[in-house]
Amino acid sequence: MTTAGLASVVSAAATATGPVEILTTRHAYVAFALLLCIGLYMMIANPNLVKKIVGLNLFQTAIFLLFITSGYVEGGAIPIVPSGGAETGTYVSPLPHVLVLTAIVVGVSLTAVGLALCIRIYDEYGTLRTDVLRELLRDEGSIPERADLGTGGSNAPDGLGGESDD
Amino acid sequence: MTDVLLPVAIAVPLVAATLPIGLGLRYDDAGWPVAAAATTALAGLAAAIVASVARGDRLSHALGGYRPPIGIELVADPLSAAVLALVAAVSLATLVFVRVAGPRGNPFYSGYLLLVGGLTGMTLTGDLFNLFVFLEIVGISTYALIAADRSGASAYASLKYLVVGTVGASLYLLGVGYAFLATGTLNMLDMQAQLAQVGYGDPLVRASYALIVAGLGLKIAVFPIHAWQPDAYQRAPDAVTTIVASLVSTASAYALLRVSYTVFTVEFLAASDAITGTMLVVSGASILAGSVLAAMQSDLKRMFAYSSVAQFGMIVAAIALANETALLGAAVHLVGHGLLKFGLFLGVGLLAFGYGARRLEDLASVAREAPFTAGSIAVLALALVGIPPSVGFLGKWYIGVGAVESSLAGGGAAGIGIAVVIFVSTLFTLSYVARLLERFYFAGVGLPGDHGEPAVADGGTGGDDTAGRDDEAPEASPRRVSPVDGAPTVPGVPDRVPPASLAVLVAATLVAVALGFAGFGLAEWFDPFLTEVFA
Repeated sequence: MTTAGLASVVSAAATATGPVEILTTRHAYVAFALLLCIGLYMMIANPNLVKKIVGLNLFQTAIFLLFITSGYVEGGAIPIVPSGGAETGTYVSPLPHVLVLTAIVVGVSLTAVGLALCIRIYDEYGTLRTDVLRELLRDEGSIPERADLGTGGSNAPDGLGGESDD
Repeated sequence: MTDVLLPVAIAVPLVAATLPIGLGLRYDDAGWPVAAAATTALAGLAAAIVASVARGDRLSHALGGYRPPIGIELVADPLSAAVLALVAAVSLATLVFVRVAGPRGNPFYSGYLLLVGGLTGMTLTGDLFNLFVFLEIVGISTYALIAADRSGASAYASLKYLVVGTVGASLYLLGVGYAFLATGTLNMLDMQAQLAQVGYGDPLVRASYALIVAGLGLKIAVFPIHAWQPDAYQRAPDAVTTIVASLVSTASAYALLRVSYTVFTVEFLAASDAITGTMLVVSGASILAGSVLAAMQSDLKRMFAYSSVAQFGMIVAAIALANETALLGAAVHLVGHGLLKFGLFLGVGLLAFGYGARRLEDLASVAREAPFTAGSIAVLALALVGIPPSVGFLGKWYIGVGAVESSLAGGGAAGIGIAVVIFVSTLFTLSYVARLLERFYFAGVGLPGDHGEPAVADGGTGGDDTAGRDDEAPEASPRRVSPVDGAPTVPGVPDRVPPASLAVLVAATLVAVALGFAGFGLAEWFDPFLTEVFA
């Protein structure tokens, strides 16, 4: 049942061609792509660490949306079969819902860890902007090996600009 | 009934992870004993699993009694058993060092056990979505552990890793989602069959694989997307670096190998030149850039972190080559590199613990003070270069031979290119290892009380092949490495490092060398997996 439902979604997606048609019939997929790109852009371009985490959440939510959309079957009912009842009729696929539920839990824990780290960074440096942080870390002599960045960082494309690399 | 071992092996560390926090309400230092007991149990289970895989069984367990295509399956074959053995051994051995070097506190041990449980799960799972969950368990606990020493810099490095790592895991999830759309299944073996039916040329299938490779590539830290890794390794507490560097990226590379060959199969790789070509270019760049960047570092942890970028480049290249010999090399190097990096970071951690020095300049002639620690690091570093007999040589050799073979078999110039890149990278590796050996063994000529040249001559003799590092420090005599106050002593040897950790380090070194003699044994061990893949 699941396979058939998904296959029909996929083949329907393949037949929808014109841009207008895609927009009107596949808006969930368009929203998925948009959210994904917005989230990614936020992570790369926004200097604020908390907003990076917001972008991360947006990015993950987009993927959840894809999964949920994939499980949807036109005219499908809630996939609950009464005990003893015959398994007839059309149901939406329950598997993606379960997956997304799990992924949401994972996402919540990630956000928690990320925000905890943000609090620690703010306590230590009093800022959450990466550009200011970069300066502070560069000036900071108290942390060993930081001076190394003078030689290592200028040559190596690593340094502290890591988050713009993805 | 041996298949019950698989869920138990995952459950033991995960359940035990709750104990340090629970017991911590009553006892202040419940963490270490719990962690030690759990990892010892895991080591025993892993040994049992390896033993039954060695008898030729392919262990498989359906979780909760739901049969595989619907339920989640746990599988142990030679490849996963080898990685599981590495995970169990390293997580147990690292605890010895954690005991003395910290970080302390019960929550740390909870995180540690979560990490171990996640890694075990990644090696044993036979389900793509389950793999994502374990990937994230590993990720979250790694982020927490890296920031475990409560410094701001480590929190920043950890947050950077968190953002990049989560993007990686999410891309992997997206790839799995695409494959799920194409096939409607999540079980690895079932998907293998379904994908063949859908057709390897299907854009959905190709996009799925490309996204999975990109996602796991972020986690593995191949060159253009490696930037999180050196900072994370350098800022993490030494004991954490030891386990993270040897296991976390290894598990992700294992996942890539598993997904590439068990789910997508060799035929798919052969049919997708664009993807494998890109992988080869990226991994070639990774091998070169990692070695070059490593040669420019003077912080030992950072140096070996960049070296990991290069070594994992080789593994990814071997995966993309889709050649039997290269794949054997990838499997051997996966385990071998994990072992080498465990030893190297443990050695560096020990030197930092006993002598308070972690930069190359500060370690002049440390071999005189700590002959066993320095000697082990030297042997492991030479193994990393690929000097036989050592496990590092075997992995590189098989990957190199496989690369050449694939070119000779009509695979174009890519194979030869990878072989050349590996050769050049070996030279760079040799250059930074030689710097390290020079520092450890020869830089202190002329130290007070030495039988060598008088102090005046040292600037010239020491600076011969160290790229001018000595010249910019024109001291009359190099600062002698001295133990920190209260550094532990080891009976019988001059090293001022914790005895148990030193024993572990020496044992790891001996194993790394001994495995170098086991080339045919390893080939035989991985043979069932390879024949299955290339059937």
